[in-house]
Amino acid sequence: MDYRVSKSGDYTIVELAGDVDLSCSPDARKAILRCLERSEHTLVDMSGVTYIDSSGVASLVEGYQTAKKKSLRFGLLGVSEAAMSVLQLARLDKVFPIHATLQQRLDADV
Amino acid sequence: MSDANVKPAIEVADLVTHYGTRKILDGINLEVRNGEIMIIMGGSGSGKSTLLRHLLGLHRPTSGSIKLLSTDITTATSAQMHELRKSMGVAFQGGALLSSMTVGENVQLPLREHTKLDEELMTIMARLKLEVVNLGGFEHLRPAQLSGGMIKRAALARAIIMEPKLLFFDEPSAGLDPVAAAELDELILRLRASLKMTIVVVTHELDSAFKIADRITVLDHGRILITGTVDEVRSSPIERVQNLLNRRPRDETIDADEYLSRLTEGVVD
Repeated sequence: MDYRVSKSGDYTIVELAGDVDLSCSPDARKAILRCLERSEHTLVDMSGVTYIDSSGVASLVEGYQTAKKKSLRFGLLGVSEAAMSVLQLARLDKVFPIHATLQQRLDADV
Repeated sequence: MSDANVKPAIEVADLVTHYGTRKILDGINLEVRNGEIMIIMGGSGSGKSTLLRHLLGLHRPTSGSIKLLSTDITTATSAQMHELRKSMGVAFQGGALLSSMTVGENVQLPLREHTKLDEELMTIMARLKLEVVNLGGFEHLRPAQLSGGMIKRAALARAIIMEPKLLFFDEPSAGLDPVAAAELDELILRLRASLKMTIVVVTHELDSAFKIADRITVLDHGRILITGTVDEVRSSPIERVQNLLNRRPRDETIDADEYLSRLTEGVVD
């Protein structure tokens, strides 16, 4: 897995790519939590994610909960079909704010 | 299945095994494809549970080979087995939950055994899996406080916590009411769809087998009678298969000499 952190307007974007599994989700988790610790509104761009397991999903859950506690905005972008079916298994597709693109998220924020 | 050129998830070749002098499995050949739900069916004493125990690496066979994800577990070292077990999940018939631990702690066990994940992450992962099996909020209960169906679902949550490539499920519907059994079948189908697991289910419940199977293998007296799709098994001309499907009592042929010696001399170990 690779990840890249960038800024776009109000948001910090954590871009994950490749397989997010037990071996690397701790890194993804740290990257997400670090943004939130700095009180940045955070979006996780998952368009490059080929596979995500429950350790990755748990990291997203923890991120979202942390964001809520700090009244920060949080969400997922570009969730692939495969990742979506993993989220759906635990009904998390109804929990996370999910948008196809950053632009759609920004439109929804207005 | 589309991945015909991918290696099978499980390959059993010429498997023979004995308990004492009694031959339990007699030349089993079986392939389970990647992403397939394979049902192992058969009456009591057919050898299906013994086959499962061999697939899990709990017994060494007399002869033959068992390859899981291309590793032959009959010759694998304990280090190889330990590695392979990360890719295997098992839900035992009775649940096999540890009674001194809470449901949540039971579900987390494989993570503690195989990973060094953060405590918070493991807790959330266990809760996620309990949500998947509809046991959300039950993590603090002990196994003794659960119903039979809940124990099976908790055992399933533990079996899938590592998101194994291979999931083995022993008698998922045994002892459950019809609604709980049907729910568990649905859950098995959803798991395969989302997590792309290869699933082996041992059962003698016909309704459940027909509902979830891609293919069924029917065991009888330690041999495979047929391996095929639901339709192929249903329309099989083999009498013993039809007996099983139609719940007809079997018409035993008795070997008089063997029977007499068993009565007078017992079974020689």
